Amino acid sequence: MAVAAPPAPSPPAPSPATSSAVGRRRPRRALLAVGVVGAWVLLWVLLQGRDTLFLSPATLTPLHRRLNELADAVSAGRDSSPVFLYGVDLVRAGLDAFVGGVQDLLARPSGGRPVPAVGWLGVVAVATWLATALGNLRVGALTAAGLVLLGLQGLWTESMDTLALTLSAVALCLLIGVPLGVWAGLSPRVHRLLTPVLDFLQTMPTFVYLAPLTLFFLIGPASATVATLLYALPPVVRLTAHGVRSVPPSVVEASTSLGATGPQRLRGVLLPMSTRTIALGVNQTIMAALSMVTVAALIDAPGLGRTVLKALQTLDVGVAFNAGLAIVVLAIVLDRTTTAASERAQTRPDRSRRSARLRRPALLVGAVAAGAAVLLSRTYLWAAQFPSVVGGTDIGIGDDVARTADSVTGLVQEHLSGITGGLKDAVTLFLLNPFEELLTGSPWYVVLTALVCLSALAGGARAAVTTAVGLALVIGTGLWFDAMTTLASTVLATLVVMALGLVVGVWMGRSRRADAVLRPLLDAGQTLPAFVYLVPFLALFGASRFTAITAAVVYAAPVAIKIVADGIRSVPATTVEAATALGSTRWQVVRAVQLPMAGRSLALAANQGVIFVLSMVVVGGLVGAGALGYDVVAGFSQGELYGKGLAAGAAIVLLGSVLDRVTQAAARRAGPDAHAA
Amino acid sequence: MIPAPARRRRRRSRTRLRPVRLRGGALTAALAVGLAGCGGTTIESAGSGSEPGGGSECGQLDLAVNPWVGYEANAAVVAEVAETELGCQVTKKDLKEEVSWQGFGTGEVDAIVENWAHEDLKEQYVEEQKTAVEAGPTGGTGIIGWWVPPWLARKHPDITDWRNLNRYAPMFRTSESGGKGQLLDGDPSFVTNDEALVKNLGLDFEVVYAGSEAALITAFRKAEAERTPLIGYFYAPQWFMSEVPLVKVDLPPHTEGCDAEPEKVACDYPEYELDKIMGREFAESGSPAVELIRNFRWTNDDQNVVARYIAEDKMSPEDAAKKWIADNPEKVQAWLP
Amino acid sequence: MGAVTAPTATASAAAPSPAQAAVSVRGLWKVFGPGARSVPTDPAARALSRRELLEQRGCTAAVRDVGFDVAPGEVFVVMGLSGSGKSTLVRCLTRLVEPTAGQVLLEGEDLLAADDRRLRELRRHSFAMVFQHFGLLPHRRVLDNVSYGLEIAGTGKAQRRRRAQEVVDLVGLSGYEAAYPHQLSGGMQQRVGLARALAGDPGLLFLDEPFSALDPLIRREMQNEVVRLHREVGTTMVFVTHDLREALRLGDRILIMRDGRPVQCAPGDELLGAPADDYVRDFVREVPRAGVLTLRWIMRPPAADDPLDGPELGPDVVVREATRAVLAADRPVKVVADGRLLGIVGHDEILSIVADAEQVG
Repeated sequence: MAVAAPPAPSPPAPSPATSSAVGRRRPRRALLAVGVVGAWVLLWVLLQGRDTLFLSPATLTPLHRRLNELADAVSAGRDSSPVFLYGVDLVRAGLDAFVGGVQDLLARPSGGRPVPAVGWLGVVAVATWLATALGNLRVGALTAAGLVLLGLQGLWTESMDTLALTLSAVALCLLIGVPLGVWAGLSPRVHRLLTPVLDFLQTMPTFVYLAPLTLFFLIGPASATVATLLYALPPVVRLTAHGVRSVPPSVVEASTSLGATGPQRLRGVLLPMSTRTIALGVNQTIMAALSMVTVAALIDAPGLGRTVLKALQTLDVGVAFNAGLAIVVLAIVLDRTTTAASERAQTRPDRSRRSARLRRPALLVGAVAAGAAVLLSRTYLWAAQFPSVVGGTDIGIGDDVARTADSVTGLVQEHLSGITGGLKDAVTLFLLNPFEELLTGSPWYVVLTALVCLSALAGGARAAVTTAVGLALVIGTGLWFDAMTTLASTVLATLVVMALGLVVGVWMGRSRRADAVLRPLLDAGQTLPAFVYLVPFLALFGASRFTAITAAVVYAAPVAIKIVADGIRSVPATTVEAATALGSTRWQVVRAVQLPMAGRSLALAANQGVIFVLSMVVVGGLVGAGALGYDVVAGFSQGELYGKGLAAGAAIVLLGSVLDRVTQAAARRAGPDAHAA
Repeated sequence: MIPAPARRRRRRSRTRLRPVRLRGGALTAALAVGLAGCGGTTIESAGSGSEPGGGSECGQLDLAVNPWVGYEANAAVVAEVAETELGCQVTKKDLKEEVSWQGFGTGEVDAIVENWAHEDLKEQYVEEQKTAVEAGPTGGTGIIGWWVPPWLARKHPDITDWRNLNRYAPMFRTSESGGKGQLLDGDPSFVTNDEALVKNLGLDFEVVYAGSEAALITAFRKAEAERTPLIGYFYAPQWFMSEVPLVKVDLPPHTEGCDAEPEKVACDYPEYELDKIMGREFAESGSPAVELIRNFRWTNDDQNVVARYIAEDKMSPEDAAKKWIADNPEKVQAWLP
Repeated sequence: MGAVTAPTATASAAAPSPAQAAVSVRGLWKVFGPGARSVPTDPAARALSRRELLEQRGCTAAVRDVGFDVAPGEVFVVMGLSGSGKSTLVRCLTRLVEPTAGQVLLEGEDLLAADDRRLRELRRHSFAMVFQHFGLLPHRRVLDNVSYGLEIAGTGKAQRRRRAQEVVDLVGLSGYEAAYPHQLSGGMQQRVGLARALAGDPGLLFLDEPFSALDPLIRREMQNEVVRLHREVGTTMVFVTHDLREALRLGDRILIMRDGRPVQCAPGDELLGAPADDYVRDFVREVPRAGVLTLRWIMRPPAADDPLDGPELGPDVVVREATRAVLAADRPVKVVADGRLLGIVGHDEILSIVADAEQVG
């Protein structure tokens, strides 16, 4: 058993950024960057249109054909290969049984009865009790209200299908992710190995592996679960590792000094002390799973996603919105419950308080009531199936929600499409087109050199090497031109996301009330399936890159805003007080104190903003962004283009890795400056 | 809240649940009595209404449902007939085409009831892997091509001839088309020759990939409503045609083999005979549903009726199918084995 | 002022022989960084200063060639400023940090030869450690924290609760058994740490700056507590601190470290009376000497004209206690051991120390 050694005192880093040098270095780097861009523009003028590596959407490279052949080989070997017969098939059977069991419980007729094992009343009662027991009474009430709302929307069965799939996938994520995270938390080497894999899983567009998954795990819940699992696994692994790593070394050392074995240390110290961080990971994994379950409807995953996709076929915005709203409601319920649970895990109950003393007996009574509700829901039809009519009046609100959504989007389209069209044209003409032209119109070697130089200036030598290798591999995918087109939109979208993150994030960080009002909206932006707002956006902006950028901003801005707001709020009150006492104006406090001190949060926001924007590239392909997103979508739809879609997916991952590493390196560099300021 | 039809017909197992009498704690009992007092149909009494209707020789039928409304119409009618007339247990699976074809090999899909050509898939699954067999035409005809909104065709009647397109090209400029006219393409599910066509016909147009059917329809809908110019790739039969009857632009007529080499295509798309595909295993199973699917044949008009019920009248596919079946008993009769 | 008895002789007299020592350390090295293993055996590297070693070899020598013996029942203090290697040293003695070279004997057993299983045995039953930042488990109540070591060792629940209660009472935490660590003050938390270490009834206790994080008043209280516990339990202690007063209060002997090397190892009065070099002299300058120095260190040889009929005192009497007697007498006090005259102490000698003490504080 390795004895937990204190980190070897690292030699004082030969850091060039000593405080005196910083002041001079900063402007010089900016100047150099301007120089690089200038040279780039000059070369673009001279060499425009040469060696741009353009590849038309229908053309394939040998690599794409080879990937096609590979996929065919897998498909052909389905029935004969022992890997399938004894490996994958067993896994699939297990998964099907597991997910099927959860569905039987919540969502589909089972046990020879026309209804699920537990009816709506039982589900509401048990969920409410669980939320109260794990969290508090407030989230309990929220859970009850949320679930009943789902029923009123007329989407009970669909919601329960989604819930069943989400919970199954999350359970598996935890089963795999927590041990993996602990391992990565204990061993830096495992952590290093795992990180790129997790990055890959998070940025590889689902569309790329959705179709092949059905070859392995067949159509239906098993494939949907695996797809969800792959996408939702990274957060819980990352945060578990983070939690384990951030247990104070003094406690670990104390337990070692008492003679604890590895497992004893894990059970007694590491796991209990990282509960809160792990719970945060569980929370994020649930959110990710929920968003994936919607997309998995493309391979016949049951639930709300299917309703959304069906509505999209007939451009039925109202129905799609109703189902999308149900997903948001589920997300908010699950999010608040897990957040409350993790907070409870952190704060120790104070036995002396009256409410705490009453808690236990109250929960016991609640448990009995929930049990009674389950029994009722197994006995009577009204408690098993969510009633749509009570006492002769229709209590459903689904149609009203759909109608309202329809008329609102109708009104917005009618009155705004002139303005929005102008906005789109202006942004495209003056911002997007020039930038994209510079990236796609210059010879590849010019772009590559310029980008490597800029990375070096922003993030140092290692960032430059990452960029060089990453972009070289992009060339290898045969999709350089498309990748540069996508990069242009991605950078622009990220800039908008950061601008919103700064403005709204600072506002939310400084005002509790703004936070309370905006947070549910942000949650909706993050969890509402993009399919729901595609149609209205298309109506407003047409099929264009701008539409894709807008969709990406809607999805990515909430994350950036939340991170910035948290960063602003975590600036110590004393520092703000000190600045105010010196007579700073509100603006001075923000600019000179809060923003610099939240520097790390800003960097993190930019980093996450980029990753989230990239994960919307495929959705962008659905609304006219073309390029990599369209390649992936087409690859999913046409067998001949599969290999190309796979290559495009890889190119997205590569862009993601490069942007991620460079922004991180740049943030690290900016870090000391920010603190010195 | 309505249990899926397939499940409803499954025989209930022997374990007949009796309404549970609650004897637990006083609280539980009180609660149960109180709530039960509201009057409740027990699940037992409700469940007994839905016993299987027909014979069971048909067994299970797994239909792929590809994501467009016309297909949904075909699938709904076939499913309804198979259930009511043949007593099949039909399961519909929402799948993209590619995945549906894969499903033949894994035994998860029995039939595709509207296939648009897909020569590549036929080669792979019918010829090479031999997991699929063709099951004859649906009677419908698929037309692919370039279309304009009706107002535009009325205003500029000559726009429907490709030779005049360059004259109108400036009108079709957008933020996406880089100074040329925009040709809006791209439901990614359809193979397109449009870039080759634009090039080989010497047209001053740029192909812009909308990326989804929703994007195409929204664009055409908007163009017709706001009287803005638009030309794009589309296809019939499609429910949207009954909302906005797009007008087809004539390209140089299709001749046998004129589209053999993708890069050199300079002719219109062929008319597709829409057909049906079955899994080989299912085709050889002797199920009466095999005959039904082979015999299933109707017209574009028939399909448009059902599709309109679904897309515009917002009927469920089941109800839409029932309505059409009730109106056309003699057509249905001809399909039965 | 020439010492009659050589100070070194006094120190070696107090030190036990390695065979009977509770802890015996020889040639202990801990080097971090690349090529660490080669440093202790390479004469050229051994000769380098810490800074040179870092610059030339890229490695950091935290502990360099340390050796000492601790007698059973002794309180042995390791003292030095931060970075002197004292914390690494004490971690080498418990193998929380693996030493690079050298020998550590605990009650005659070679600690470095112990395999994982034996090491765990030793940690569970033979020695225990108290940490500067307490290292308590925030999710466990006081009683469960105290019994944690017993739980690890596999002691039955009833027995470990009984024992935990005993130690909780011993360290004065009665009534706080059900509290969580965060509900306690720092001093109380360290009592929990102390109780946890004592729960396994170890023969040897390592304390790594246990009171450095506490307020001065609480620190003093806790020092008294250690003195009391040592009296009651009699455990051998190796106590690490950077606070000289604490070292002088508690230590039977004190090892002063600088840059990883031992500078001087001696009882407190000897450190003050006969500092080994300027570093130690500087170090001890600010301490109130009257309470530490004994007459041995301030006496002078009798001059020819000194009257030798004054009162007699032993050489180990602390200056502060002797002050009244010396000042009351009208002639110098004789320092006598075993009937032999060692030297004399007059008003001047006493006043120079006492006045110094008043200046300091």
